[in-house]
Amino acid sequence: MTTAAEPILQVQNLVKHFPLTQGILFQKQIGAVKAVDGVNFELTQGETLGLVGESGCGKSTVAKLLMNLERATAGQVRYKGEDISKVSGKALRSVRRNIQMVFQDPYTSLNPRMTVADIIGEPYAIHPEAAPKGSAKHRVQELLELVGLNPEHINRYPHQFSGGQRQRIGIARGLALNPEIIICDEPVSALDVSVQAQVINLMEKLQGEFGLSYVFIAHDLSIVRHISDRVAVMYLGKIVEIGTETEIYDHPTHPYTQALLSAVPVPDPAARQHRERIILTGDVPSPANPPSGCRFRTRCWKAQEICAQEEPLLQIRTGLQGHAVHASACHFAEEKDIVHSH
Amino acid sequence: MTTNQQTKPEKTDAVPGAPLLEVDDLHVEFRTRDGVAKAINGVSYSVSAGETLAVLGESGSGKSVTAQTIMGILDMPPGVITGGEIRFHGRDMLKMDKDERRKIRGKKIAMIFQDALSALNPVYSVGFQLAEMYRVHEGMSRKDAKARAIELMDLVKIPAAKERVNDYPHQFSGGMRQRIMIAMAMALDPELIIADEPTTALDVTVQAQVMDLLAELQRERHMGLILITHDLGVVADVADKIAVMYAGRIVEHAPVDKLYSSPAHPYTEGLLASIPRLDLKGQDLYAIKGLPPNLMRIPSGCAFNPRCPYAQDICRADVPPLIEVAPARHSACHFAQQVLDKNGGS
Amino acid sequence: MPEHDRQREQLPTSSDEQPHFGSIETPSIFLADAEGTTVEKSGAYAAPDGSGPQDKPRGAWAEAWRELSRSPRFYISGVILLLLLTMAFFPGWFTDQDPRFCPIADSNMEASSAHWFGTNQQGCDIYSRTIYGARASIIVGIATTAIIVLLGGVVGAISGYFGGWIDSVLARVTDVFFGIPLLLAALVFMSAFEERSVWTVVAALGAFGWMQIARIMRGSVITVKSADYVVAAKALGAGTRRILLRHVLPNAIAPVIVVATISLGTFIATEATLSFLGIGLPASEISWGADISSATTVIRDQPSQLFYPSLFLSVTVLSFILLGDAVRDALDPKLR
Repeated sequence: MTTAAEPILQVQNLVKHFPLTQGILFQKQIGAVKAVDGVNFELTQGETLGLVGESGCGKSTVAKLLMNLERATAGQVRYKGEDISKVSGKALRSVRRNIQMVFQDPYTSLNPRMTVADIIGEPYAIHPEAAPKGSAKHRVQELLELVGLNPEHINRYPHQFSGGQRQRIGIARGLALNPEIIICDEPVSALDVSVQAQVINLMEKLQGEFGLSYVFIAHDLSIVRHISDRVAVMYLGKIVEIGTETEIYDHPTHPYTQALLSAVPVPDPAARQHRERIILTGDVPSPANPPSGCRFRTRCWKAQEICAQEEPLLQIRTGLQGHAVHASACHFAEEKDIVHSH
Repeated sequence: MTTNQQTKPEKTDAVPGAPLLEVDDLHVEFRTRDGVAKAINGVSYSVSAGETLAVLGESGSGKSVTAQTIMGILDMPPGVITGGEIRFHGRDMLKMDKDERRKIRGKKIAMIFQDALSALNPVYSVGFQLAEMYRVHEGMSRKDAKARAIELMDLVKIPAAKERVNDYPHQFSGGMRQRIMIAMAMALDPELIIADEPTTALDVTVQAQVMDLLAELQRERHMGLILITHDLGVVADVADKIAVMYAGRIVEHAPVDKLYSSPAHPYTEGLLASIPRLDLKGQDLYAIKGLPPNLMRIPSGCAFNPRCPYAQDICRADVPPLIEVAPARHSACHFAQQVLDKNGGS
Repeated sequence: MPEHDRQREQLPTSSDEQPHFGSIETPSIFLADAEGTTVEKSGAYAAPDGSGPQDKPRGAWAEAWRELSRSPRFYISGVILLLLLTMAFFPGWFTDQDPRFCPIADSNMEASSAHWFGTNQQGCDIYSRTIYGARASIIVGIATTAIIVLLGGVVGAISGYFGGWIDSVLARVTDVFFGIPLLLAALVFMSAFEERSVWTVVAALGAFGWMQIARIMRGSVITVKSADYVVAAKALGAGTRRILLRHVLPNAIAPVIVVATISLGTFIATEATLSFLGIGLPASEISWGADISSATTVIRDQPSQLFYPSLFLSVTVLSFILLGDAVRDALDPKLR
């Protein structure tokens, strides 16, 4: 996938701090959880950007910010050049037609008291201009068929479907308004292994058909590699490394990316023995009080004096060659092949 | 943890030569208002001391129900054990009286759950909960029990155990809580540990730490370990042998390396093919068609037949038995040999 | 790995699904089940599993109704309450005696074929008074409950959904009302009125009885508003009204219904207490509470005068509690 095209979505210095307050009547701010702390990336039309990281790294907050479900503390989200992070009312409603979301848990993301027709038809009830009068039901049936469900089942309720089928309903709802961008927050992690592949294939098929752009948020690195064109790795509210799928998986330069990749359990006992495993010590520090300088330094085996003093910027590092030339936020960025056993 | 060695439980009336645990032709049903769900339909497996058996399956495969039945924590009703034996040192636990079973549960067979936060009591400190194991089961004094609790926390590599012994579960991270669960399971020096999705709720970097710890303790103490999981990756690392379950039956049983390199059942084959590769960007992801069956209406013949690319008429008519297709390898498929040959396993 | 590559080539790569199963859950096991049938790649829909017991689409309310229709408690309380309702609105069907016809000559008669339950001190027929007494109780119960559900529901929903300072203010107001005992407040309220009727009682009980509903509604709304489907509706651009009416309320109302049903009985009992104390309904209205009160004067000689209205009162209250219990079980999927 080329990145030369005009980006459809640009995220610039995105920041979200959740204030920590004390006191009941007169609330006093005593600190902030820096959930997202200066995130930059771009998304081009038809591209899938994978966003990976462990729990608490801020990837789900990024999804909420992109969807305008949370207000950014600072920074911009530009959709086709226009900053959408501060819009509200009518302007926000029209943005929503173009950016939609697929949720993680198919059991809680569908209203149990509504039929499938109501759930998938709701976008049309909210945006009557999106479907000509009287055509909503027909559109719902088309959408059901599109995601591989029987259109005759529009009067059923969510609990009458299995997890994978519910996720298809969620995808159909996301597609209803013909959006250009879909934010997928862990869309398959709640599904059974044999059903995950079906949903992933469906998402790829839909992307090809409609030229959708995905921001694909997940913790499963194998799935992210499979579906993504480019990948961003997050740690404690910041992107530590970003590049094409090949650059990140085959030529990682940030120690955290390398550790993450080495920790992925590989279903292949033979390959296992040849692979080097980096086992990180300790836990992720609290985002309310992140380490100075490089946030990863407390768990990094390469950490030096400079890492505590100077924050490494996300930029292309010198002294690297080939696919290793991509943005990495490490003072000692160095290529290391983790996933291939030699 | 040297003190624990002395309290190694004496194996009373054990049948000599019998494996640590044998599950033999177990059948379990759930009788609900909407019908009877056949959760386990003739499961047999065994674990010896020092051996790790992985039980792999999707939700509804019966892998957790089997474990709950072994532990005696199955909800009855709606659960009903309709047949089979569970032998611990050769003695059928299902025929034991309540007191006898309770002595085995926790003391000789311990369990580790997926969700450590809900398995720990939030109103007591972890030290208290660990110490309680010794106070209740071994009648230790408060002081001694606490000392043992700290030893246990050291054993599972919780940093600064002495300072953290009075902390509450919510003050620990997910990985640390799972370590505490492991410590609790280890407390009475059991002979068998059943770990039900022990790392599923954890991040990958922490998963590896916890799995390593579990494997290390198992090796050191020569325990039997039953590892229940849906994750083919986690299993590959630590298991000796794998039992793959589908719709309440074992469909394939094999040594771990053999199963991955040459699956002998179409379901295993499909599962392996449907996982994206970390070291390779594949084009089209193989997907097993269809959905796992409704346990109230399991398809006739082989339960996997509606989803199976090999299915023929015989698969819809006869239930394939679990037969030996190669040394130490079992598969419950009418076309097991064909699948195995195709994957280069014979 | 060569094995893997070969596998991928040889396995048929199809992502189509066959006719399959929807889902239900039992406490300890997930069962995939046969409802949402999916589609073959060719476009021909696989036949739905028509023989399945759950073939018809059924919503959560219909599911609750089905559950209710299997509960013996529901039938027992339902039959009794139906009988009471008929009594309340058509007392003439049960007796042709006038409860207000009280010839003093008939004072304190034993039960007989003319007076099934006997007569009271004034010589009124106790049976017909008991029948006619149902109306006041039922009206007070139902009307008061309607008021508290509306008042408490609105306060609770606003408080829970908007949070912030609105919640703080409403929570304090609720607390203040909670501090006043219902009976005491109703006594004071009633004594302020010269002319008392059923509706004064309803107003008194409604004004001081809504707080529990408000609290329950608030808690329930807070739980529901953070659900993914509410977030999804927001992401689609739904307005506050739609989110509240379509997503939050239908999912938050269940516990309110349960508590409302149970409080119905409580209000009936409170009305009886007020009437017993002489501050409830006027003497011209027939009420179980007032009859119980007047029967206490002859309790040693004629205990049956006290017994009949008390029996009807407690059976009514019990029936509503029983009904509330059955409704709770039907609405709470966790208990299934």
